[in-house]
Amino acid sequence: MEDKIQIEIVEEIDTSKVYDELSHRNSGGICVFVGAVREFTDNEEVVALEFETYQGMALKEMEKIAKEAFDRWQLNQVVMRHAVGKKGIEEPVVVVGASSPHRDACFEACRYLIDTLKERVPIWKKEIFKNRSVWVSAHP
Amino acid sequence: MEVLLFGIAKDIVGKSSLRFHEGERLPESVLELKKKLKGTFPEFDRLTSLAVAVNSEYATDNKRLNKGDEIAIIPPVSGG
Repeated sequence: MEDKIQIEIVEEIDTSKVYDELSHRNSGGICVFVGAVREFTDNEEVVALEFETYQGMALKEMEKIAKEAFDRWQLNQVVMRHAVGKKGIEEPVVVVGASSPHRDACFEACRYLIDTLKERVPIWKKEIFKNRSVWVSAHP
Repeated sequence: MEVLLFGIAKDIVGKSSLRFHEGERLPESVLELKKKLKGTFPEFDRLTSLAVAVNSEYATDNKRLNKGDEIAIIPPVSGG
């Protein structure tokens, strides 16, 4: 299973290597989601996003999610990679992807990977605006 | 017993970990730890949710805490 799953927390995301990581002789479909920094949140201009993580637990939780995806869909490779530190507009902050014999499985798995990562993985995002900053989702 | 703090939890307490000292009564369960925390720092009550991880796994309120455990406060996560 280990060579089928790539899990990482990194300073910088290199989106160019994900194709090679997911490519597989039995995969006819490769689906990738990249999350990036958007310029506006509710009409307020974002200067940067800052990410912090509880790394040991985050890696463990990401691995569980990847394994759950393997249990649910017929997959060949899975990648889950999240960035930490300060990221500017348009910079990638997360990349997840899956490859599978047919496209339905990798589309569904890819959505599961990112949605579940957002629900469970201990990573925190601070939105930095011009005059203030906010921990996202902290308050109702 | 040391409790790791992240994100807004770190801001509320003002440091990246909380230490319960020798002699001090240690919280025996996750629930007791949460109550103690909310008692000392009422701002924790205003958060969307508050979870605790024991040895890097999400723990339920009735989970017992032991001296050697790695304990962390997990405020609402917001990765991605």
